[in-house]
Amino acid sequence: MIEVTPKGLYCPVADVYIDPWKGVPKALITHAHSDHARSGNGLYIAQEHCVPLLKARISQNIVTQSLQYGESISMNGVNISFHPAGHIPGSAQIRLEYRGEVWVVSGDYKVEHDGISIPFEPIKCHAFISESTFGLPVFRWRPQVEIFEEINDWWRKNAEQNICSVVLAYSLGKAQRILQNVDHHIGPVYSHSAVAEMNDIVRSFSPQLPQSEKWSASILASKFRNALIIAPPAVNNTPWINRFKPYSLAVASGWMNLRGSKRWSAADRGFVLSDHADWNGLNEGVKATGAEKVYITHGYTAVYSRWLNSIGIESHELQTLFGGDNAEEMKEVV
Amino acid sequence: MKAFTELYQHLDQTNKTNEKIEVLQEYFSRASDEDKLWLLALFSGRKIKRTVKVAQLKEWACELAGFDQWLFDESYLIVGDLAETIALILPDGSGINRLTLSDCINIIRSMDKKTDDEKKVILFQVWSKLTGFQRFAFNKLITGGFRIGVSQKLMCRALSKSTGIDENILAHRLMGNWNADNTTFQQLVIDAKDDDDHSRPYPFFLAYALETDPDELGDTSAWQAEWKWDGIRGQIIVRNRQIFVWSRGEELVTDRFPEFHALLEFLPDGTVIDGEILAFKDGLPLAFQQLQTRINRKVVGKKLLADVPVVFMAYDILEFDKIDCRNKLLSERRILLQQLIQGDNRPTCLLISEEVKFHSWSDLKSLRLQSRSNLSEGIMLKFRDSVYEQGRKKGNWWKWKVDALTIDAVLLYAQTGHGRRAGLYTDFTFALWDNGNLVPFAKAYSGLTDVEIKEVDAFIKKNTKEKFGPVRSVKAELVFELAFEGINFSTRHKSGVAVRFPRIHRWRKDKKVEDADTLDNLKALIT
Repeated sequence: MIEVTPKGLYCPVADVYIDPWKGVPKALITHAHSDHARSGNGLYIAQEHCVPLLKARISQNIVTQSLQYGESISMNGVNISFHPAGHIPGSAQIRLEYRGEVWVVSGDYKVEHDGISIPFEPIKCHAFISESTFGLPVFRWRPQVEIFEEINDWWRKNAEQNICSVVLAYSLGKAQRILQNVDHHIGPVYSHSAVAEMNDIVRSFSPQLPQSEKWSASILASKFRNALIIAPPAVNNTPWINRFKPYSLAVASGWMNLRGSKRWSAADRGFVLSDHADWNGLNEGVKATGAEKVYITHGYTAVYSRWLNSIGIESHELQTLFGGDNAEEMKEVV
Repeated sequence: MKAFTELYQHLDQTNKTNEKIEVLQEYFSRASDEDKLWLLALFSGRKIKRTVKVAQLKEWACELAGFDQWLFDESYLIVGDLAETIALILPDGSGINRLTLSDCINIIRSMDKKTDDEKKVILFQVWSKLTGFQRFAFNKLITGGFRIGVSQKLMCRALSKSTGIDENILAHRLMGNWNADNTTFQQLVIDAKDDDDHSRPYPFFLAYALETDPDELGDTSAWQAEWKWDGIRGQIIVRNRQIFVWSRGEELVTDRFPEFHALLEFLPDGTVIDGEILAFKDGLPLAFQQLQTRINRKVVGKKLLADVPVVFMAYDILEFDKIDCRNKLLSERRILLQQLIQGDNRPTCLLISEEVKFHSWSDLKSLRLQSRSNLSEGIMLKFRDSVYEQGRKKGNWWKWKVDALTIDAVLLYAQTGHGRRAGLYTDFTFALWDNGNLVPFAKAYSGLTDVEIKEVDAFIKKNTKEKFGPVRSVKAELVFELAFEGINFSTRHKSGVAVRFPRIHRWRKDKKVEDADTLDNLKALIT
């Protein structure tokens, strides 16, 4: 039902692409991260919370169609619906059903509830196309409660010594997850403008997201002494970050589970916090679909696919351009 | 193990010297003497005997985790460290234990005489008691190789702060032939007398590279110039009618260089000289490559002895007539050295590194250009009125190497790095043109900035031609200027040449692949 073409994953019956990497007339979009949602498509069909994020990141002028989770549309006999993927706000798995056969494209997903995204729901299907960003057994996450304890401890100790805490996190998803889950009693939380823009959109459909003042040059430097600053990775090694001196720099990413990546990031602290499923999460996610065939995309495709075959789940690799290669998220954080 | 793990983790996380000293000092002030001694041993590169084979560690870790070996191997490729891979794939441990560093080391050493089944049981027990990073530290104790960025100097500074003993004295006490079994913390650090161990070398004084114009060093007459020889820095000690040869890596290499045993007759008791172990034949130094054929041979055959004889090129004298003379001025030490080394019965394997005479800096600049034809790496400059210091310090000694040789080469193969660079393509093979073909000739790992590494990494991922295991062949497109220290003909390399210390000098984005150099250009650089 789905094939890989030079423009991306394609469903010929419905004549629609999923997260295409080249401009196409009609695209189903799993979520608003740039490797899945690119510019140049005629129509963007996405989950309703994803739509304002897409517009903010691509252009306000794109043509969109929004669907709620579970709502279905029919395209030339193919029933299409979006289901929570738990990756970031508005992220979805896409279910396609044609003449009784069901395929699900996972996009990116995680099974742990992060407090800001609608939690992942496994969808029964015949064929499942799964990501595998962290498809190795060396990637196993501890519960986020423990990670946020670490983050709070780090922030609290810095605040006691008048050291500003700067955490680098992807501006859509990771940043709001941190904003939602840190202990706001420790001090004020400021957001870099790129993060603040995403905060406002997420808050428009998730009003429980705590407030965070947008950083501006007019804020007195003394206010930052006990503050947590949430900023995108791109600010690292730029003059922007120097204004917070003295500061402690942290990176929040699944890659921080490896000492090598932690050192590579040259941050003072690395927190193992990922919006992707870990090894156990992938296995759980795949098994819960009951799929007879599992296609593996971006990540450790060859290894994870071999693993599934070795435990009796038929699996194949799919070559896609999502997430570039293994180290993509790591590159993002540096 | 908790305290040690915290220390290790902290050292691993920071690159700030003061923070490292602080946490080390904290450890020294709290740990038991036994643990402190082990810490000193481990961090100064002393090894615990390997009692479990790597293959067994892997096998048992897989067994406990319930994985096939191939999955472990794939994980290892990404993690880049065996001890860490094992720690990460094992099921979670309880973390409930009162094991100290010494306990863990004793457990590891006790396995030496055990059967494989017993070893496995012990490992399973310990693994199940330790948490993530503790388990990693424990595995590191088994596999060896702590690389935590703690220099001897830094360790001595922390130890000095916690014991109140002068840092330089400690540096000397921690050198030499001790291990955790033949001494105690009290004996080694606190009660040590400086003649306790007559094999003990002095800490080496090391030079920084001269980056400014030598004119800034002032009056030429204040400086002694020598050729910078390309061998292994060493120290020869004659005490109690015994001879000891140490390499700079604090390795006792007496047996590897039987030539020097003749010096036992020649040098008076209570003599320590600093110099370079140099392959040398028919009055000329040989390439470092030749010396390499001898470095790792514990037993040296007659043929090798005849083919690659070595000399000790003496630079300095550190102990004369049983007295530490490091606090004398270089000009005075030089006279002592000359006195010592002259004499008709001097063995041919002992030479003095002659002064390079010069009258002006411009004189020396032109002399330096002859370094390569003299088979040296450049010029050493030493302040005549300076004492012999320890460690790498700026001011009194400078090395002024000749500019590296460079060549423009094409990136042909790439492999992912290990450790810090896991997951990124950072290990490269480079090629040069030869009759229209690109012939690989060197591998290089370092020299790019982090930003460039990411850019090259992205290129490789987009332009892969073939994959062979972890290696990818890449579309020939990127040109890099490689720098290296030396070059020689080689029968072992497909290209017919071997280059020494190749590294990336800069990325030549301005050059097209057809502008890269040829193999003949490279061969023309052989002197």
